[in-house]
Amino acid sequence: MARHSSAMPADFSWIRAEPHGIHLAPADCWIDPARPVGRALVTHGHGDHARGGHGETIATPATLAIMELRYQTREGAAPVEYGQTIRLPGGVAATFIPAGHVLGSAQILLEHAGERVIVTGDYKRRADPTCPPFEVTPCDVFITEATFGLPVFCHPPVAQEVAKLTKALSDHPDRCVLVGAYALGKAQRLIAELRAAGHHAPIYLHGAMERMCRLYEDFGVGLGELRLVADHSKDDLRSTIVVCPPGALNDRWSRRLPDPITAMASGWMRVRQRARQRNVELPLVISDHADWGELTRTIEEVNPAETWITHGREEALLRWCQLHQRRARALALVGYEDEDD
Amino acid sequence: MEEFAALVDALVYTRSRNEKLRLIAEYLRTTPDPDRGWALAAMTDGLSFPAVKASTIRNLMMERVDPVLWVLSRDFVGDTAETASLLWPEPQADVTPPPSVTEAVDALASMTRVSVMAELPKLLDRLDATGRYALIKLSTGGMRIGVSARLAKTAFAQAFGVAVEDVEEYWHGLQPPYAPLFAWAADGAPPPDSGDVPLFRPFMLAHPLDDVVVDLEDYVAEWKWDGIRVQLVHAGGETRLYSRTGDDISGSFPEMAEALTFPAVLDGELLVRGSHQGGAAGGAASFNALQQRLGRKTVSARMLSEYPAFVRLYDVLIIEGEDLRELPWHARRARLEALMPRLPSERFDISAVVEARHFEHLAEIRSGARDEAIEGLMLKRRDSPYVAGRRTGLWYKWKRDPLLVDCVLMYAQRGNGKRSSFYSDYTFGCWDGDPDTGAELLPVGKAYFGFTDEELKQIDRYVRNHTVNRFGPVRETDRSLVFEVAFDSVHASKRHKSGLAMRFPRISRIRWDKPAEEADRVDALRALIRD
Ligand SMILES: [Zn+2]
Ligand SMILES: [Zn+2]
Repeated sequence: MARHSSAMPADFSWIRAEPHGIHLAPADCWIDPARPVGRALVTHGHGDHARGGHGETIATPATLAIMELRYQTREGAAPVEYGQTIRLPGGVAATFIPAGHVLGSAQILLEHAGERVIVTGDYKRRADPTCPPFEVTPCDVFITEATFGLPVFCHPPVAQEVAKLTKALSDHPDRCVLVGAYALGKAQRLIAELRAAGHHAPIYLHGAMERMCRLYEDFGVGLGELRLVADHSKDDLRSTIVVCPPGALNDRWSRRLPDPITAMASGWMRVRQRARQRNVELPLVISDHADWGELTRTIEEVNPAETWITHGREEALLRWCQLHQRRARALALVGYEDEDD
Repeated sequence: MEEFAALVDALVYTRSRNEKLRLIAEYLRTTPDPDRGWALAAMTDGLSFPAVKASTIRNLMMERVDPVLWVLSRDFVGDTAETASLLWPEPQADVTPPPSVTEAVDALASMTRVSVMAELPKLLDRLDATGRYALIKLSTGGMRIGVSARLAKTAFAQAFGVAVEDVEEYWHGLQPPYAPLFAWAADGAPPPDSGDVPLFRPFMLAHPLDDVVVDLEDYVAEWKWDGIRVQLVHAGGETRLYSRTGDDISGSFPEMAEALTFPAVLDGELLVRGSHQGGAAGGAASFNALQQRLGRKTVSARMLSEYPAFVRLYDVLIIEGEDLRELPWHARRARLEALMPRLPSERFDISAVVEARHFEHLAEIRSGARDEAIEGLMLKRRDSPYVAGRRTGLWYKWKRDPLLVDCVLMYAQRGNGKRSSFYSDYTFGCWDGDPDTGAELLPVGKAYFGFTDEELKQIDRYVRNHTVNRFGPVRETDRSLVFEVAFDSVHASKRHKSGLAMRFPRISRIRWDKPAEEADRVDALRALIRD
């Protein structure tokens, strides 16, 4: 599969990184564009990748459902199943491959004139009960994210973090544990991991979480008994786990809870200062992105001729590629943000 | 080491003081000697390993990690110890189990500048990231994990149900790992022997007088001077000067350390001689002059002659081995007065008793006192022994009425702990000219107390509804709310844009009624400077 030696011209002029997204010229089609376009391929439902208002949106059924929930429109939705290849104008073929990031997330394999390019969107390599795992797929150009692209990021086994959470719960029967978790993906994965660890008690939700959890259940991801905080008294909430969006952690909303232990589930929690900035007492290092080891291992396994880096800490990953004699460059894309992840 | 590392980690994330106390006490109760003693030393800044420096850690990392990746990581994480703990390569081969705290301390103590490069990695290889973080923090000194020495000692007292004053008293004669201290507190052994060591004795403290009226038959009045409360101890041929917190500040005041030459423990106010106030009463300069002398490691001859220190004595605890603390105040006062001829007069005087016919008369004297070196009055029960800490009914402090100024709220910041969902820390300013002709507000101080819980909620709501800008945890308001701010004094300061710094500012009233344009000007505040 090694293509370093082949005399392939480093052409790829049909795929270009523009400031507002990746553009496929022959198909006049964009991947994860930051503004409305005629035709978009969308890797997954997070706000920095999926935006509303496109003429046609090609994505997995779950991603389309998530976008519909967020933008209240299904206009131009064109579903594609994992593994299914679709033909775009101008002789471009696109295949959606599981990325293991969140429900519906996909890498997109693009083929044109014998050249293969993969856009990962966001991805991770750990098992996740809420979505199928990342599949390593050979290609010439691997366009990867680098959200946790620093060697300090090494996500511990998720079971270890879930155990910290359940221990805090049993150590403080009069309090509740309030976990800040990104409303799409992290929250549902955390709940599913808790269930897998044998925590079957009702889990309480901030109102903003409810519809996304229901959507997950509609797609066959069981989350057990969920209740809304708003329907319950302070006393009901003692000795329970409450899940809220990270933004609500230090908000007035949390005053209704019984002396909450503030936790947050995020890869950033690996760094103490990040946790302290958010007043987090119980940091849970749980991420839906690849950590440094996974990013670099994935590049080795995919073994592309070139690696393009979209967003995150691209400098360090570029440096790693350079140290390992791999061709790489950073794409200057705008509009991608650090998710609270 | 794992238990200590877990403790350090938990302390980093814990905001609540009570929870910190609980965590440390639990550790001290459940950890064997001498590990817990070394851990206690680490938390109270009692350990030093000269062979290990921040640069040592950096150099070790350079041998193991690409320099570019190190710099990028260090910049992102913001802390060398933490970055190194996260980047340290996990050892490939099977390694020996983690060292105990004692083993780690012994190893660190035996390292030299040369051997450290080979020996420290052996310790780091035996630990996980949390353990490495704790080890690096411990070995480079200054844990900076939000635990003061006082907090650690309070936790110690709490762990074993002993009085923190006793812990303070015995503490100073001991070296890590404090075996006699643990034997006494945990196992009921006799208290550690102070012997011929200049030990700190915990201070007797006062309650605010508030609404209490006392009978001057039972209470005596003294001035409360605006310096810093100190204890002078001479024992075993050595004199030490201790601050309120028991910190040894002898190094900053060598002239005082030389001035007491016989065994005694004296309690008084450290002041600097000044010409412009106090006059014949033995002029003391303002607190600002004293501040020139605080916290200095070396003291120049110029400092000594420009800001000469002296102590105005309040009390005597021990003279030549005789413990006077059980005696009533009047008996100790008599002993103190008898002692004065033995002390050099340029370094010591005695705090005068304020003569008043009755309480109202005293109130009159107090409100007439304009000397800047006077903070107010002390009222001491004439028959009271000298007891550590704050005991109800024995000593009262009756501070002079504070100065007041109307300021405008400019910025509000989220508080800590229970207050973390409230905007509870306020920066306020005064006008630098006439607000009607385009003057601006200059920040003059910060305060985070003085209001009730109910008022806090009101201000919090106000801040949220009047935000014009946000920077992280800070909100800038539209500058429309006036606070009446109380403070003890104001001093010139080059560090602040307004050129002044307030002492003990607190919110005395919220002036919902007052338009911001009618708040005070910086000039009004400047006129109160008495340096
Ligand atoms: Zn994402
Ligand atoms: Zn992303």
